Amino acid sequence: MAGQGIRSHLCRGLGIHRPVTLAFDDLRPWRGTASVWRNGLMEGSDLVARAAGLTVRRGGRVIVDDLTFGLPRGQVSGLLGPSGCGKTTLLRVLVGVQVITAGAVSVLGLPAGHARLRARVGYATQGPAVYPDLTLTENLRYFGTVLGLRGRRMAEEVAATVEPLGLSGLEGRLVGTYSGGQLARVGLAVALLGHPDLLILDEPTVGLDPVLRRDLWEMFHRLAAAGTSLLISSHVMDEAARCDHLLFMREGRFLAAATPEEILRRTGAPDLETAFLALANGTGLPAGTELAIAPGQGDRDGG
Amino acid sequence: MAAERAFSPVLASATARRVLTQLRHDPRTIAMMLAVPAVLMILLRYVLSNPLLLNRLAPAYIGVFPFVIMFIVAAITTQRERARGTLERLMAMPLGKLDLLAGYAMAFGLMACAQVILVVVISLTWLGVALPGSAVPLAVIAVLDAILGMASGLFASAFARTEFQAVQFMPAFVLPQALLCGLVVPREHMTPVLQWLSDVLPLTYAVDAMQRLAGTAAWTAALVADVAIIVAFIIAALAGGALTLRRQTA
Repeated sequence: MAGQGIRSHLCRGLGIHRPVTLAFDDLRPWRGTASVWRNGLMEGSDLVARAAGLTVRRGGRVIVDDLTFGLPRGQVSGLLGPSGCGKTTLLRVLVGVQVITAGAVSVLGLPAGHARLRARVGYATQGPAVYPDLTLTENLRYFGTVLGLRGRRMAEEVAATVEPLGLSGLEGRLVGTYSGGQLARVGLAVALLGHPDLLILDEPTVGLDPVLRRDLWEMFHRLAAAGTSLLISSHVMDEAARCDHLLFMREGRFLAAATPEEILRRTGAPDLETAFLALANGTGLPAGTELAIAPGQGDRDGG
Repeated sequence: MAAERAFSPVLASATARRVLTQLRHDPRTIAMMLAVPAVLMILLRYVLSNPLLLNRLAPAYIGVFPFVIMFIVAAITTQRERARGTLERLMAMPLGKLDLLAGYAMAFGLMACAQVILVVVISLTWLGVALPGSAVPLAVIAVLDAILGMASGLFASAFARTEFQAVQFMPAFVLPQALLCGLVVPREHMTPVLQWLSDVLPLTYAVDAMQRLAGTAAWTAALVADVAIIVAFIIAALAGGALTLRRQTA
């Protein structure tokens, strides 16, 4: 376990050392104001979600460990880390379906999980979470109705999600007969319904063919350009470079929160995977040791 | 936590339509839901092979068969909804808990009506069951029994972690009620402890109401009391079901 010294050193190394004061007056559990690390975002940048001191414990284990961060609005943020590091739990917190142990989380200016957020936050879980015994259209129409879509708007929204996901022609087939990749995109289609302001996608590109993956990332950036904020988790490091903003996560904590360029510059690593390894190894240093993340000094011959 | 939005009939009927559409894609399940109570009644008719005995027993069974089938169907459907993550998705969306429960009640209530009409028509015509009065109260109470089964199954499914456990709730929750409700042995022949147990179980009142209809055509006070208790159990089971639907989980 890394000491506090190493962590703050890391923060400093990534330019996230200057605490700023953010008002959390919309959050009940939070009293007054809080000192929040700036996590590499530009001064005055617009945040779509923020968390302070967020901790989730489950069965005596700490899953999310005292995280404080913000998500930039209108950008594609990537949550990168190995399986089991707490990514899904963190996403569930932002969606508002996860009971939290401590801290405060606000999404679009409201406490996470607020009733008014339910139509504004789109969420795709790792499993498709749709009805296999309904067709694609029937699934989309049901969830669309729940989201308040009616009549022509419904037809437009359904068409607008089916086409870019490459699911055209499959509308009338039972979702239970889809291939794994098709099924994953059905979950994504439901999340896209109704143009949510914040899209939270849990490993949306796992198991998809490279062409489709590229298309999906292009779509994510198109959505961001149109004003949607996205948070996308992945354990595949080559997806990190496609994000505007990165959260590197390991064992419930952030190794880094910055743009890909910033992380590369600060670590001096040739690519983001090496940067992640260097940062991960850094946390293993005994407290007080100078963390050296400079060219040539990262652990490069390991893999 | 934010206040729940009031009940929305649009979302409840959309949910009912969704559940019925799922059933429509599974014709064999529909066929079994409709046919099984009728087939069991036909079997009962030939097992008893005594018109007087059949007249006395048939109404109670007309109440019990749909109860049992709806219990299991509702328990499995909700358990699947939890296991597949669709329940969590809906709870993260602007759907009220009441919308979901009412949707289920409407869909399965409709199925129960079809089921009961078929079994009542077959019983009164082909099987020659004779009632002292009209068949309407019999059918109405049988539908209530089916909805009671559905509501109990919905509630029970919250305690099943797997589909396998949900299936086993049928013998665990339903068979003891069937033994204690007065169907197998008249309640007055039971020991006081068993009678008390019988008193607090919902199926007891379902069977009691049907047995009264087998004996008299009148809406007696005792029959009305039975129906009121059945409705109260339905509301309690649905309320219990609502408590088990969680917006947030650990």
